[in-house]
Amino acid sequence: MAEYAFLVVEDSPTMRQLVSFGLKRIKGAKIVEATDGVDALKKLSEQPFHLIVADINMPLMDGLKLLSIVRKEPSYSHIPVIIVTTEGADADREKGMQLGANAYIPKPIQTNALLKTVRDLLKIAE
Amino acid sequence: MEKDKDNEPEIFRRADEFLGVFHKGIEFTNDLLKENERLRFALAQLTEQAKAAQKAATSSELSKLRQQLAELTAEREAMFNRYKVVEEENKDFASRYVEVEEENNNLANLYVASYQLHSTMDLKEVLRIVSEIILNLIGSDHFAILTRNDEEPVLNVMAAETMDPSIKKIKLGEGMIGRVAQTGEPFIQDNLDQATVSSPDRPIVCIPLKIHDGVIGVIAIFDLFEQKKNRLTRVDHELFSMLAGHAATAIFSAMLYSRSQRSLSTIKGFLGLMTNKAA
Repeated sequence: MAEYAFLVVEDSPTMRQLVSFGLKRIKGAKIVEATDGVDALKKLSEQPFHLIVADINMPLMDGLKLLSIVRKEPSYSHIPVIIVTTEGADADREKGMQLGANAYIPKPIQTNALLKTVRDLLKIAE
Repeated sequence: MEKDKDNEPEIFRRADEFLGVFHKGIEFTNDLLKENERLRFALAQLTEQAKAAQKAATSSELSKLRQQLAELTAEREAMFNRYKVVEEENKDFASRYVEVEEENNNLANLYVASYQLHSTMDLKEVLRIVSEIILNLIGSDHFAILTRNDEEPVLNVMAAETMDPSIKKIKLGEGMIGRVAQTGEPFIQDNLDQATVSSPDRPIVCIPLKIHDGVIGVIAIFDLFEQKKNRLTRVDHELFSMLAGHAATAIFSAMLYSRSQRSLSTIKGFLGLMTNKAA
């Protein structure tokens, strides 16, 4: 069975748990959680990941800054990134897509939509 | 002359012999013709019989084939009906799979909300978690969490998002929020199309925070995110009822804990004072 390592970057414990819960539905999913961009970079240096789900608004280092670093760093640049956006944050969403995000998920997160996006990006059969 | 006379009977004898052979030839030819006629008749009879036999064989083969065809048609019909039943079952399974998936997601949401609500005893943290649930699970960034004041019949705003900061208190029984706090009956606007959103006096959802029969506060939601507009789902209603119970318990426990901590530090201070004085 294939294994997939997912990095969930979210400062809110509720959202982090909810996203992790959703991703665990994918067979072979291994979830690593990070509380902000700085923590995410630390986790990225420790092991390879197949996909990153990152919130935009976070303390210390926000999702957009994390995304720009990930895209510039050759060892991480291939990793698909899904950004989580809030309503009315169209500018953030557009900026995220310009910076190289592969997809965005609006809040409140619908687990089915998240799973579909992840499966599409990683070409995982349902 | 004598020689001719002697020869004459020989000629007659030979002529008689020839005639005899000739007659036998005629008889033989007649016999052959008769035999030929008999054989032709027999052949014609056999041909007729063969034709009749073939006809009989064709007809039985045909009826056999007809029977086979009927059987195959019936089988095909039965298989087609079975296929239809299986297809219906498939559709049913597919829709049930979607339902189970949805239910799974809903349960996950409820589990996360409930787990987070009871993960701390700190009042600020509990209020932050309730706010996160409303923001991230229900989908609103325009709401208020109010608790009942013990000393006067009012509700104090404990936490709020995108709400007029000048509103700090709401009288019990006043407006929709006050009425929900007084009666303990939740209010959920049925037709969100016609709802006057963003009005602090008229929330679209107002949930009493209840412990047993007592109302300790209210959660008022004034607006929903665009993608949630016009469709409060079943899980939203379940989240409301979960919040009514679990958020109430979490907030009440955190308030009691904070009071008990304050009392403890007062008692400790008092005891310290007494010990110092005694010393």
